[in-house]
Amino acid sequence: MITLAVDNQEITVKEGTTLLKASEKLGIEIPTLCYHEGLLPYGACRLCVVEIFKEKENRMVAACSFPVEEGMKVVTSSDRVLKRRRMIVEFLLSRCPDVKTIKDLADRMGIKKPRFKSKNLDCILCGLCVRVCNEIAGIGAIGFVSRGKKLKVDTPFHMASDVCIGCGACSSVCPTDAIEMELDAVKRFLELLGSEHKCRYALMGLISYKVCSNNYECWKCKIDQRIRDALGTHPIFAAKKIKKEKVNQYFSFLKKIQE
Amino acid sequence: MRIADESGLKELKNSVLQERDSLRPCITICGGTGCHGYACEKVIAAVENEIERQNLKDKVSMRVTGCHGFCERGPIVVIYPEKVFYQRVAVDDVPEIISQTIINSKIIERLLYTDPNTGVKPVHEDDVPFYNRQKRIIFGNNGKIEPTNISDYIALDGYGALCKALFHMTPDQIIEEVNKSKLRGRGGAGFSTSKKWAITRASKKGMKFIICNCDEGDPGAYMDRSLMEGNPHLVLEGMIIGAYAIGAHEGYIYIRNEYPLAVRNVGIAIKQAEELGLLGKNILNSGFNFTITVHKAAGAFVCGEETALISSIEGKLDGPRPRPPFPAQKGLWGKPTNINNVETLANVPLIIERGADWYSKIGTEKSKGTKIFSLVGKVNNTGLVEVPMGMTLREVVFDIGGGIPKGKNFKAVQTGGPSGGCIPESLIDLPVDFERLTEVGSMMGSGGMIVMDENTCMVDVAKYFLGFLDDESCGKCVPCREGIEKMREILTNICKGEGEEGDIELLEEIALTVKETSLCGLGQTASNPVLTTIKYFRDEYEEHIRNKRCPAGVCLDLISYSIDAEKCNGCGACVRPCPTQAITGEKKKLHSLDQEKCIKCGACFETCKFDSIIIK
Repeated sequence: MITLAVDNQEITVKEGTTLLKASEKLGIEIPTLCYHEGLLPYGACRLCVVEIFKEKENRMVAACSFPVEEGMKVVTSSDRVLKRRRMIVEFLLSRCPDVKTIKDLADRMGIKKPRFKSKNLDCILCGLCVRVCNEIAGIGAIGFVSRGKKLKVDTPFHMASDVCIGCGACSSVCPTDAIEMELDAVKRFLELLGSEHKCRYALMGLISYKVCSNNYECWKCKIDQRIRDALGTHPIFAAKKIKKEKVNQYFSFLKKIQE
Repeated sequence: MRIADESGLKELKNSVLQERDSLRPCITICGGTGCHGYACEKVIAAVENEIERQNLKDKVSMRVTGCHGFCERGPIVVIYPEKVFYQRVAVDDVPEIISQTIINSKIIERLLYTDPNTGVKPVHEDDVPFYNRQKRIIFGNNGKIEPTNISDYIALDGYGALCKALFHMTPDQIIEEVNKSKLRGRGGAGFSTSKKWAITRASKKGMKFIICNCDEGDPGAYMDRSLMEGNPHLVLEGMIIGAYAIGAHEGYIYIRNEYPLAVRNVGIAIKQAEELGLLGKNILNSGFNFTITVHKAAGAFVCGEETALISSIEGKLDGPRPRPPFPAQKGLWGKPTNINNVETLANVPLIIERGADWYSKIGTEKSKGTKIFSLVGKVNNTGLVEVPMGMTLREVVFDIGGGIPKGKNFKAVQTGGPSGGCIPESLIDLPVDFERLTEVGSMMGSGGMIVMDENTCMVDVAKYFLGFLDDESCGKCVPCREGIEKMREILTNICKGEGEEGDIELLEEIALTVKETSLCGLGQTASNPVLTTIKYFRDEYEEHIRNKRCPAGVCLDLISYSIDAEKCNGCGACVRPCPTQAITGEKKKLHSLDQEKCIKCGACFETCKFDSIIIK
């Protein structure tokens, strides 16, 4: 166990806990954009920067990925921290001036108009969609393309993906609503032939359904809906949790939430 | 033929030395990349032909070596055993070199180097001022070795340190020795090498990796390249010792594909070392296994960053990831991985062989040993220089570098590659080591040193480096991707004469955000060019913004070319080079320059011998 102080409040947490989690336990809120409970820390938006003090060292780190250290002092909302966060939000606001999430953040920080040229984009490149598709669904239908200013989320060679299972997880995690589900894409998935034509849970290797009572119309899938209601998260995150257990247990789980 | 053990290596060394007559003349020709730029391959072919033609094969030997460092004066030919130093050697000089210098021991005056400051013509390599002020403990052997011939390396006690490490030291003793030497990483951050090794060694047992980082991407820096090209066995030896110390059995050399000669030479070196049993399974029958794979990098500046490099080897997109976990804990394929720079590894055999006490006598209190700098820009002796840590910038730029060409004034020196800072003339007596450079807002980086003269606009310099970093940012984290772009936009506006009051303060604010909040080293250091130029050359920024004037005469939108009516004698020399026919005038009469047509290329300025072209 490791003891540290966040905003002058002492707390003892398990080794490997991130600063974000430790602060959360103390009820201290740190803004995030690219962080998601179910995904590995990514550290891209840098909105969660905090100041750390350790012996002679004083620097800024991303709370979402930095692990706690014994005797560390963390300051989550010093002038310096707030100033840097404001600048980051100003960068994002100039990139996506019409995105609600960013506008709300800017409002809260008192930024009216960014001092930079506006780019009118939707995507902030937080990588949540790419990561959920890779880490959770295990599909990797989308990824990052190009570098730097030209970086964007796309399918390989900008062609319609032939591996997308139409689960909609990417769209559901997107903080800026930059990804929409297209019915066409789902239909394309349905038109897959023979053994490729499977339930998404089967494709993820969770179950071995041969027949679907729902005619593979996933957006009408009641199981999906129930999982979503029961766990308050997209079915794909729920599925990840179940994946570790055996298939039988999966069925018993389904039964349990059906009751 | 495998070498069986330690005595086997000594025998091999002795037999190589016996075969060689140390008094026999040997012509060494620099085959480094710089000299290739001067077509040294033609000189090499000419020497081969001439030896054949004069039937001297038994009397003269020749050797194509790695980079000598004095790239400004290439192609370089040094004749052993006297070490006669010839520079700018052309194909036509070759027969004379052989018939005069080799056969008759006569020196050819015109091929000697002339010191521009004193007019002295030193005959021997060691007397050339460029060399005699350096301390070439790592780089010195480059000129004595044919990089594709392992015998040359073994003849100079090569792989002796490996024997000492394998048979007379435990891994902990090796790490302790490196610890005592206080060797610090030469790739940029200057982290303690022994500490890195110790952490990797302490990480749980099982698969571990060691990686040699040869992804040198700084504009103007080429010391890692020259070491890999010129003395690959030195790096391999350091890497094997490192692997033994941390307990790794697999290694990678991550090398830029843009370095074809280095890729070729290190490939040959690995093969030769494997054949002799110095690499591979059961090295020298010690029971230690270690294999090296060469991974050719696809050419992204950010891949010099450890975690991005690892992603790249794994076949993923070249993005850095948050640290901790550090590669030493969780690196390549999730295994403990130690990454060292080429130059760092090249230091290791020396430390093991000559001991930490000897090594730690060189340098300053916290920075030990030597550092290779690539001295480029507006300096007379462009090249690679190896100096002890703590030498002042003045000594490097003026004594070794020979000062600024055309008698111009020194303005600044930029150290540490594109994300280093610009150090002004007032700090020229600064001793160069890790701490001092960081204190003044710059950094050691991989050792780039770009000298700038009075005709350099510091805003333009900042714009150039930010442009490079903007193109090379991976785009993963917001401050680096967006912040660098914004800084570049503001700097471009200032250079165009569209700067506004408050721009400098805004630049500083962005720069601090990018510096303090970026994910990896690229972003964390990207602000240095902006912050240091503002700190030391603020008046130049203000001049651009307030008076719309570029004092150095560089920013095209803020300058105009004109002809000085008093100085122009109508020679007409400037008329022909002008690509847009903007200059007209009769011979021997005052010429005129049409501002509408002028594209401000500066061709007339370069040509005019009477200083009659004025830049305002």
